[in-house]
Amino acid sequence: MHLAYPTVVAALLFSIGVYGVLARRNAILVLMSVELMLNAVNLNLVTFDVWLQDRLHGGQVLTLFTIVIAAAEIGIGLAIVLLVYRNRRMIDVDRLRDLAEDRTDERPDRPASPARDEEAAR
Amino acid sequence: MTGQEVVFALLGVVAVGSALLVVTTRQLVHAALWLVVSFGALAGGYLVLTAEFVAWVQVLIYVGAIVVLLLFGIMLTRAPIGESADLDSPNRWVAAAVAAATAAVLVTVLVMGFGDERMPLRAGGGSAEELGSAVFRTWVLPFEVLSVLLLASLVGAIVLSRSDVRTKPDRAKTDRTKPEPDGEPEAERDGEPEAAPDGEREGER
Repeated sequence: MHLAYPTVVAALLFSIGVYGVLARRNAILVLMSVELMLNAVNLNLVTFDVWLQDRLHGGQVLTLFTIVIAAAEIGIGLAIVLLVYRNRRMIDVDRLRDLAEDRTDERPDRPASPARDEEAAR
Repeated sequence: MTGQEVVFALLGVVAVGSALLVVTTRQLVHAALWLVVSFGALAGGYLVLTAEFVAWVQVLIYVGAIVVLLLFGIMLTRAPIGESADLDSPNRWVAAAVAAATAAVLVTVLVMGFGDERMPLRAGGGSAEELGSAVFRTWVLPFEVLSVLLLASLVGAIVLSRSDVRTKPDRAKTDRTKPEPDGEPEAERDGEPEAAPDGEREGER
């Protein structure tokens, strides 16, 4: 089998994931796009493992590790998204701009809500 | 084109097409379901590449666990079930340009670098036996480190999603001063259903 097929599929999946991360506004859709990018990397790892006929199976074992890390990442990521939703009532990444540079000057006059106090206490 | 290449090309078309639908669909739940199709097609691709064990792990973890977790997240954030118009940010043409540039660079490099390489497909190269002996002989230390990482992320997810871990004295204070603050009852009501994904997460691991 030509090496071009799996690598091109992986490259296309990765760039679709890049598009999703940059263009989506819902935080859960951003997480899905990150998963697509991780899958593209996995496909590359498996492909080069098979191509090199690695006797230690480094590529496939690293793929398994990546899958496990992706599971951990999605668990933590969803917990953070749910926490943001609980405090802000929305998970729109374009509107979560409290850390943005251009709004620092208008921070002091904004009244602090109890939800934000609770978040700051954590 | 050999038979393997035909099968892999078809699976790749399915994977890339459903991934495109994931990032372009207007319905959140459909995005999660298209993700299932994409991951399933990729698992088929792993099977064609003789990586059987990775294929089954992909089906179990990605299709079985991660998509279910994402669906839980979609429902816990009370996403609209039907179409929602504002899922894409206004800068998506810039994003499309960046993604197209990434695809062009990656495809060019990979095709120029490995375009005429052929890989030998040997049946059983990625079976559970081979991968198991590789994991438990050569890669046993990263394997154990990874289990500690999983434990840490499990504890972290529980601490993040429980609302009564460290804020108990805080809440008692607010309750005394203000019997019904506007933000609090919502947070308390949401604290309950979030025990569900935690249990789910524990079960998966």
